[in-house]
Amino acid sequence: MPDVQALVNDFVLKLKRRKIEGSHASAQHTAELLRSVISHQRMPYTNQAGALIDAVKAVGEQLIAANPVELAVGNIVRRVLHIIREEDLSSTATAIEGLGLSAGSDDDDEGQHEDRPALSAAALAAAARSTLRAPSLQTLLEDIPDSAAAPQPPSSGGDSEGKSKSDKNIRSRKLKHDVIEAINELIQDIDTCHEQISEQAVEHIHQNEVILTLGRSRTVKEFLCAAKEKNRSFRVFVAEGAPRYQGHVLAKELVSKGIQTTVITDSAVFAMISRVNMVIVGAHAIMANGGVIAPVGINMVALAAQRHAVPFVVVAGSHKLCPLYPHNPEVLLNDLKCPSDLLDFGEFSDCMDFGSHGGSPLLHVVNPAFDYVPPKLVSLFITDTGGHNPSYMYRLIADYYSADDLVVKRRSTS
Amino acid sequence: MAQKKGHRSLSSDDPEELARVPLQAVLLADSFATKFRPITLERPKVLLPLVNAPMIDYTLAWLESVGVEEAFVFCCAHSQQVKDYLNKSQWMKQPGTFTVQPIESHDSISAGDALRVIYNLGVICGDFVLVSGDTISNMSLKEALQEHKERRKKDPLAVMTMVIKHSKPSSLTHQTRLGNDEILMAIDPDTKELLYYEDKTDQSQRFITLDKMLLASTPTLHLHNDKQDCYIDICSPEVLSLFTDNFDYQHLRRHFVKGLLVDDLMGYKIFTHEIHSSYAARIDNFRSYDTISKDIIQRWTYPMVPDVQYFGNCSQMKLDRLGIYKAPEVDQSRTAQIRAFSLIGNGTAIGDHSVISNSVIGQSCTIGRNVSIQGSYIWDNVIIEDDCKLSHALVCDGVHLRAGVVLEPGVILSFKVEVGQKIVIPAYSKVSLLPQPSKQDSDEELEYADANSGVVESPSITSIANTRNVDPVPDSPDAEHSDTSEVGISGVGYIWSTTEGGHEEEWRHSIAPIPAEKLMEFCLSAHTDLGVSNQDVNSLPASGELQLDSESTGFDDGEDYKDSADFEKEVEATFQRVLAGVNPENVILEINSLRLSYDMSHADCAGSLFYSIMKSALSAPFSSNRELLLNTGKELSRWKDLLKNCLKTIDEEIEVLLKFEEMCLETTKEFAPLFSAILNHLYEKDILSEDAILSWAEEKEGADESDKVFVKQSEPFLKWLREASEDEDD
Repeated sequence: MPDVQALVNDFVLKLKRRKIEGSHASAQHTAELLRSVISHQRMPYTNQAGALIDAVKAVGEQLIAANPVELAVGNIVRRVLHIIREEDLSSTATAIEGLGLSAGSDDDDEGQHEDRPALSAAALAAAARSTLRAPSLQTLLEDIPDSAAAPQPPSSGGDSEGKSKSDKNIRSRKLKHDVIEAINELIQDIDTCHEQISEQAVEHIHQNEVILTLGRSRTVKEFLCAAKEKNRSFRVFVAEGAPRYQGHVLAKELVSKGIQTTVITDSAVFAMISRVNMVIVGAHAIMANGGVIAPVGINMVALAAQRHAVPFVVVAGSHKLCPLYPHNPEVLLNDLKCPSDLLDFGEFSDCMDFGSHGGSPLLHVVNPAFDYVPPKLVSLFITDTGGHNPSYMYRLIADYYSADDLVVKRRSTS
Repeated sequence: MAQKKGHRSLSSDDPEELARVPLQAVLLADSFATKFRPITLERPKVLLPLVNAPMIDYTLAWLESVGVEEAFVFCCAHSQQVKDYLNKSQWMKQPGTFTVQPIESHDSISAGDALRVIYNLGVICGDFVLVSGDTISNMSLKEALQEHKERRKKDPLAVMTMVIKHSKPSSLTHQTRLGNDEILMAIDPDTKELLYYEDKTDQSQRFITLDKMLLASTPTLHLHNDKQDCYIDICSPEVLSLFTDNFDYQHLRRHFVKGLLVDDLMGYKIFTHEIHSSYAARIDNFRSYDTISKDIIQRWTYPMVPDVQYFGNCSQMKLDRLGIYKAPEVDQSRTAQIRAFSLIGNGTAIGDHSVISNSVIGQSCTIGRNVSIQGSYIWDNVIIEDDCKLSHALVCDGVHLRAGVVLEPGVILSFKVEVGQKIVIPAYSKVSLLPQPSKQDSDEELEYADANSGVVESPSITSIANTRNVDPVPDSPDAEHSDTSEVGISGVGYIWSTTEGGHEEEWRHSIAPIPAEKLMEFCLSAHTDLGVSNQDVNSLPASGELQLDSESTGFDDGEDYKDSADFEKEVEATFQRVLAGVNPENVILEINSLRLSYDMSHADCAGSLFYSIMKSALSAPFSSNRELLLNTGKELSRWKDLLKNCLKTIDEEIEVLLKFEEMCLETTKEFAPLFSAILNHLYEKDILSEDAILSWAEEKEGADESDKVFVKQSEPFLKWLREASEDEDD
């Protein structure tokens, strides 16, 4: 356990010091860290899923607090929590089924027969829910007690203590095993999301089209390159993406792949948009309402695209899907970067003069990292699971996250 | 993300490369100055909070981020506090490659001493980063280190790389931003070698003197007044041994850098590395404390800003619009206003109708109603009662301001001071629980140079009374009673006094903005000076290019002449000191060093010394030539040894004769009639050999008649000499 704690502390420090930035990297690291947390977690006899959830929540809380702007960290924590709940449900379901079968076959233990039906009824209901799992409002509401209720049966069932000890042991190991398996799949998904997304490129990019993008996103780059590899010929306008000018890097990469590229300033986007067939941009996070948090300047591009009825497409891996709504103040937190991206401190040092002018600075430089694009400006999301409308996002999110985990806080009472 | 990748791959390369020599750093956790008194009497400067974390955290975090693996924290004053802090902090127990190791010393009084201690410990094995614990930076050292290493490979004499930063070339900005004097540097634009460094440029005289050798040896040089010294140095291990060899080096810049630049015997070189977009500055005085705090709040030091928890142990801050940072648990009244660029720490309560702007408020403070706080720094656990007014003040931990207190601009209240009701503390005063130390007992932080922050006997009557009979225990009722006159009823603390001159300087280094009239003065003086020295500016444009061409020989001669005159004066001054009773042995040394620094020959030296001796003979009262001759004889026999020291060869002896001749013709005509007599004397005293005198006479053979006056005068003596030598030959 101590070595896991050290790993967690190390990662927390890295997040705090902004040594790990970018949703892909932080998502991957978070998933790997949580996997080792789970694999090191000692499993109690009772309420195993609860123990895992508590452990993950404890770590997750620290990670989210370390850099609240990096939403992907929170997303992955919630995904892992959801995985634990799902695996727990499915394993209880199979166990209950097994128990039910055994109860039906050998009725040697008469005394315990009374309480079993009640038990299995609750468990079966949960199991049934888990197999159906249609994310209707009712299920979401009904789901709430399941973390508490579902793990109960084996614990309160002090029935076959001696007999099912080994059985439980196997089950506990199985739960952990299943969870780790599922997390491995998740890591795999994060790793391959770019390929998954770029597979769809040919469906969206057509011959002789003009694509506009802003700044640099790895997803966008791979998307465009994939289309090029399929022998689509098209032209890309790259807005340079002040103040970090990542667009210049993207332009270089595209040219090296043989794509016709035009670099324009951010302010020229509106002038160029009438010649553009489609806007493709990356995102920092996709919110539950279908809104997008993306690098600065993208809102302007989206407005221009809407004015000229140009499709505005956002490509993003599913780890960027965030179950929170942007009215949440924690989300609206923007990262204000260093003003020296904009100005050379030396040149302006006389404006930052606090000795004169009554001690209050007259010049203030603001360098926010992100923009918010409302869902009505987005035409299509392309994730690793395919293309989706903004209005469909909440359903995707219901697939990936359970409603209990929206606020990752340990219940202080329990 | 590509950047990310690139970064990671580079950092994975780094350990391989650094595996041979881990990058080390020396952090001086003592400023060896008294600029932050009286606060530093109770807490070391590096532990003073800057916005929301102690200064040393910023420096350590920066060192860690640039890939330093071993940091040695040198603590001297309050070393226990620094060590305790480090032990408690995350730095000591942090996993990974960054280790922090405190080094303690109690008798170091300067940076030079500190480096000598470190040299004796023998812990530094390669290039190291030398910073002081009050440096704030977010620069990347990779490039500078690379440059330094490559230069070292080519030229092992390049011992140091100084980091400098561009700033606006206005003397006003220098003064108003960091409270420093203007720094003048001469840099070779091609090699980036530092050729000249002057940080104490006198504002009144707007010219500098460069050594002509500098112009001769480098084809181009840029003179900069628009660079800011970041006080971050990359040093080679030789630097430590240089400090050990030159035991009089104390100050890093004033002694070491200037010493290396002047010393052309060893040929050590210092180079510069200029940073552009990243931030680096050092907190040297209260004004730079204020400026850098504001820079941090304006996020120039990103990622070392309050809402990014860079240091782990400090509480989380949230950044609202307009640069307002707030901890999660602030108890703010609805009618209280927090204006732009402020920071409120955790657990602080703010009462109704209070207004806070441009200020930093620490943790667990209590601020009453109708309080106005403007441009001030309030540390932890401070109680400010209703209706107080603070502007541009610094208030340390545990201070209690009772209702209605007014702090005028520039006030500094040290730890746990209490101020009674409705007291107005005048501008620029410093209040502390500890009495002001007199010059004799300033044992904690010795100042080795320019003590300008008023360390003087307290002139105010009450404080004299206090310092005499009050023991420094603040809780003693005696102290509380006797202090009431200074900080009001139920107040505790001494008001530190400053000298008149000190007060004059006070506005330069205080937190308060510079008063308008001072600014006006400043602008005016700068402008008139510019007007006067316009030609100078034209001929020697600041930070312009100065090409040396072949025509400079005439200029050189003039310079040379001036040099020799200077040298003569210096020698004379030195000789005067001998007369005043300095040991002649030392004088020999001194004259030798003078000779080296002025680049003179032994002959010049002998000539000047002789000149000085003769002058001193002349200075004694005399009535007749005979008396003068006697005097001269006495003087000569007295200083024979000294003079002999310079007369190593016959050339020098001839030089002495020529000099004597010149004197008799020009400056001291009194000797003219006595020439031959004195010559005789010199010969008898074994100062001049007969060969020298004879070859002098031979040399003069072909000269003009006017030049031969003295040869003729001493003809009998010369004749006798010649005969004597012939006799010997026989």
